[in-house]
Amino acid sequence: MSNIPKELRYASTHEWVRDEGDGTFTVGITEHAQELLGDMVFVELPDVGSAVNAGDDCCVAESVKAASDVYAPLTGEIIATNEDLENSPELVNSDPYGDGWLFKIKAEDPEELGDLMGAEDYANSIDEE
Amino acid sequence: MTNKTVLHAKHIEAGARMVDFHGWEMPINYGSQIEEHHAVRKDAGMFDVSHMTIVDVTGSQAQAYLRYLLANDVAKLQEKGKALYSGMLNEAGGVVDDLIVYHFDAENYRLVVNSATREKDINWLNSKAAGFDVTITERPEYAMIAVQGPNAKEKAGQVFSAAQNEAVAGMKPFYGVQAEDLFIATTGYTGEAGYEIMVPNEQAADLWQQLLDAGVQPCGLGARDTLRLEAGMNLYGQDMDETISPLAANMGWTITWEPAERDFVGRAALEQQKAAGTDKLVGLLMEEKGVLRSGLTVKVSGGEGVITSGTFSPTLGKSIAMARVPADHGDTAEVEMRKKWVTVKVIKPAFVRNGKPLI
Repeated sequence: MSNIPKELRYASTHEWVRDEGDGTFTVGITEHAQELLGDMVFVELPDVGSAVNAGDDCCVAESVKAASDVYAPLTGEIIATNEDLENSPELVNSDPYGDGWLFKIKAEDPEELGDLMGAEDYANSIDEE
Repeated sequence: MTNKTVLHAKHIEAGARMVDFHGWEMPINYGSQIEEHHAVRKDAGMFDVSHMTIVDVTGSQAQAYLRYLLANDVAKLQEKGKALYSGMLNEAGGVVDDLIVYHFDAENYRLVVNSATREKDINWLNSKAAGFDVTITERPEYAMIAVQGPNAKEKAGQVFSAAQNEAVAGMKPFYGVQAEDLFIATTGYTGEAGYEIMVPNEQAADLWQQLLDAGVQPCGLGARDTLRLEAGMNLYGQDMDETISPLAANMGWTITWEPAERDFVGRAALEQQKAAGTDKLVGLLMEEKGVLRSGLTVKVSGGEGVITSGTFSPTLGKSIAMARVPADHGDTAEVEMRKKWVTVKVIKPAFVRNGKPLI
């Protein structure tokens, strides 16, 4: 059973979101997602400053197995990306909720977080796959 | 109904992620396929290849039969234990399968064919045996472990008996020897030195454990694929199949044309293909980010082709592929990736050997 931290929110497309408490949100992919994808070899990050809508494909996680789109879980502006992934994409595998984060969004409407799943619902959703 | 090899429990014990591979439940990795890949390039790794099919061909006409069956010529094999890689062709000059044949004497050979094509191959072997005094015998009582890497022989040597070490001492690449209960061959599918070891089923788990204790890293099908692709070795069903000429699959070197009187299955079709010209299997190297994948369209000066195998090369840190393209192909190609065209280099389909980049 993969690790699904209680304090995070989740999209059905396997992104996690951490509320940083200042209107900004950190985004990555879940442990379950990285397990499915296998060893990460490239991560194509969004441009800092770009505007995204919730549900937009804005990032590509490419593993030995497949290239997988990552979707913006919230509407807003990309304010930072994880530059360490340029040389160490394997951080997404080794520490998906920590050093393997992908990007940070300044949300237009923080209430959108409510549209995402809690840990229990996400756990149930991947059980059904 | 999926098949399991006798090493299945050892894979689970080692934390393998198991997948279905043409009806066999096999390990794809034991954690990280890239780490497994590097273990084989830099140290020693082992693969369970027990799903592969071992077939013995014996009888007074064994040599004549194999000279008819195979595009390569087993008459070239003079020394006991010497092996040969060959395609087995159909009448249209397509590849029924690729295989390794070991020669013991003119009445006694051993073939190793692919697992995915087992039933087809056995039927083919039997159908072509009509009129020859040969006996074709599958050997399912053997499991097979490939130990590969610069330190593979040394580590396997720690596990072998004195007699087995003596039997393999100084053995050159592409030979096999029966040494007590093991058949030990200097063959592989990684571009590294090492052994492929046939072991009686009931001893396989013990051998696996001893190799593990000697510091050999278990490796799954994921690493096996990146290693063979870096080494420029074909995978049946991807890089060639029954509809593809060996001349279009970088297997021209495996066809023995002389003596011209030798009639082998597919020869007439092959001669026509050679005269008319065929597509070529080339290597592709991409400098940009991204991974070339099988099935992608490739454009070269002479027209369109297709990527037959593509991957990320852990040794080179960039993507490599094999592609079947028109013979008039030049030094670069365009590949359509995620809705844009990317320029890649066209090179010979061999990227890494003995731990060293070839490019």
